[in-house]
Amino acid sequence: MAATTTVSSASPIPGSRSFLSRLREGDEIARVVTFLFAASVVLVTALLIFALWQGSALARHKFGLHFFATRVWDPVFDQFGALPFIYGTLITAVVSLVIAVPLGIGAAIFLAELAPARVSDTLEFFIDLLAAVPSVIYGLLGVFIVVPLMRDYLQPGLKNTLGFLPLFSGPAYGVGFLTAGIVLAIMVIPYIISVSREVLLSVPRDQREAALSLGSTRWEATWKVVVPFARTGIMGSIFLALARALGETMAVTMVIGNTPTISASLFSPGYTIAAVIANEFTEATGDLYLGALIELGLVLFLLTFILNGLARLLMVVTAQRGSSRAHA
Amino acid sequence: MKRIAGIFLAALVVASVASAQALLINGAGATFPYPIYSKWFDEYHKNNGNIQINYQSVGSGAGIKQVTAGTVDFGASDGPMNDEQLKAFQDQHGFGILHFPTVLGAVVPTYNIPGVTGALNFTPEALAGIFLGKITKWNDPAIAGANQGVSLPSAEIVVVHRSDGSGTTYVWTDYLSKVSTEWKDKVGKGTSVNWPVGLGGKGNEGVTGQIKNAPNSIGYVELIYAVSNNIPYGSVKNSSGAFVKADLASVSAAAAAAAKTIPEDFRVSITDPASKTAYPIASFTWLLMPAKFSDVGKRDALKGFLKWMLADGQNYAEQLSYAKLPKEVIAKEKKALDSIQ
Repeated sequence: MAATTTVSSASPIPGSRSFLSRLREGDEIARVVTFLFAASVVLVTALLIFALWQGSALARHKFGLHFFATRVWDPVFDQFGALPFIYGTLITAVVSLVIAVPLGIGAAIFLAELAPARVSDTLEFFIDLLAAVPSVIYGLLGVFIVVPLMRDYLQPGLKNTLGFLPLFSGPAYGVGFLTAGIVLAIMVIPYIISVSREVLLSVPRDQREAALSLGSTRWEATWKVVVPFARTGIMGSIFLALARALGETMAVTMVIGNTPTISASLFSPGYTIAAVIANEFTEATGDLYLGALIELGLVLFLLTFILNGLARLLMVVTAQRGSSRAHA
Repeated sequence: MKRIAGIFLAALVVASVASAQALLINGAGATFPYPIYSKWFDEYHKNNGNIQINYQSVGSGAGIKQVTAGTVDFGASDGPMNDEQLKAFQDQHGFGILHFPTVLGAVVPTYNIPGVTGALNFTPEALAGIFLGKITKWNDPAIAGANQGVSLPSAEIVVVHRSDGSGTTYVWTDYLSKVSTEWKDKVGKGTSVNWPVGLGGKGNEGVTGQIKNAPNSIGYVELIYAVSNNIPYGSVKNSSGAFVKADLASVSAAAAAAAKTIPEDFRVSITDPASKTAYPIASFTWLLMPAKFSDVGKRDALKGFLKWMLADGQNYAEQLSYAKLPKEVIAKEKKALDSIQ
């Protein structure tokens, strides 16, 4: 509190004052304190990895890399493999993005570019509200509405029309990869809309005006100028959504069927990493069992890490391409 | 700033003074007996104001872990600790962990078959076959044979099981392991197992929800849950050949049948007992006590609680739908209490 006032009245030539006077005026204290806050982020990440690494030691030594390739999860006979859970985590995330990305970006474009400001702001309020709904509520929505709808209408419908595809075959239980993906999509759409809308709104006005003055239609200006300009931010919103989809636990476990299977059919019940940890951690009695669950946590961390890294890379690449085109 | 710090300090002092007044005992473990445990600890605190027992229902596995590590004064579990776990503790501390049965619970098969309203009869072979994925249709002779006069559809059976690790699953799979060698060899018993077929639901409510949602499904839930939510459930054939529907009397009968041969350490499975009136899928739930306490005050308080639990405490069981311990077991436990040092 005291620091802010001194900072604003700070001497224009930094370094001209002694360390002691800087300390007295609060500059140095503010620097150290804020540095510690920033460093705590790194510290927490390091602690997370350390804890997961330590806790999974037994399982890592026992199973090695086979952990990633084994399909069996048998707590009774101490056989543990992560493959069905990795598969389920990725599939549900992909399904959710396939649904959520077009819907979310479409809605964001409408809100930012086409809707009157009053409509846009009102809707934004509801979208922010949706983003703040606890996931267990979405799980209930899934159990009571999505699952019966899936079992009675959508799954039979898909089977009758596209049943020749392996994606839409097998018995319709209502729960499964597709249902989990749909519930996840409902959960992540608000993120995509909210962030994308902000990004689209921050595109400079002259970009639009330039496009319009060159004779493009409203839609052409939006789609060919504004959206590419905002591409990096929109990507950011998608990766935020992906991160949420990968780690979502409660809503997924309520609708996915909780069976470690690898199946081409989206109707099949499955399992995700986050869901199995939440389900089995409390009653995991053996040391190896517990270790395997913690190693699953490590795998999820790695998965998020890798996907985040890829996202960064993609953003850097597209940003470079975008700026080089803009300068050309 | 100073004022806020002052308030914090005052709050800390007040909190520590308040907690110093009562003897605080911490326990953790099974979720299944949590309703009666919290009732017991509450009632006991009312009668003995100086003793406050905290119980966290973190799950049987965590209960065993925490009592072994010494982070709580006692643990609780729906399945007994195994020999390795007990030996590891004994080797480390020089004294063991004692098991004290508190109440009994049962697990019942529940189902949703359109057009079938009455209670179905299940043979052990039928249950094992269904959960192994070998009996796939409701009109299979193994099911229909025990249900003369009920028209069962030729629909595919949808199997539902618990997805979360649970004592309920332990009792259910313990029973299936006893009645089916194939189950014992292929699947075994545990709080979570590698299910040959079926969908997983989280908690009793998840299983029930899944069953309500899916026609022609079967699953298993705790008796207490089925009773308090009016969920229909079937009878199971016991080892004497009688079809018994689970209720408090038939569950207590299962314990009474096992009481004669109960081992000194009380670690016993009472599924599939030899008794005409017993319901075959029942189990004790246990409190886990270290055999030696360094804190004499805590030891005496817990011994006092256990004595009360075995006498007056048992009267609270039935109103909460738990079956009481049989007299023989209570007498044995009172004796075992003396060995806590």
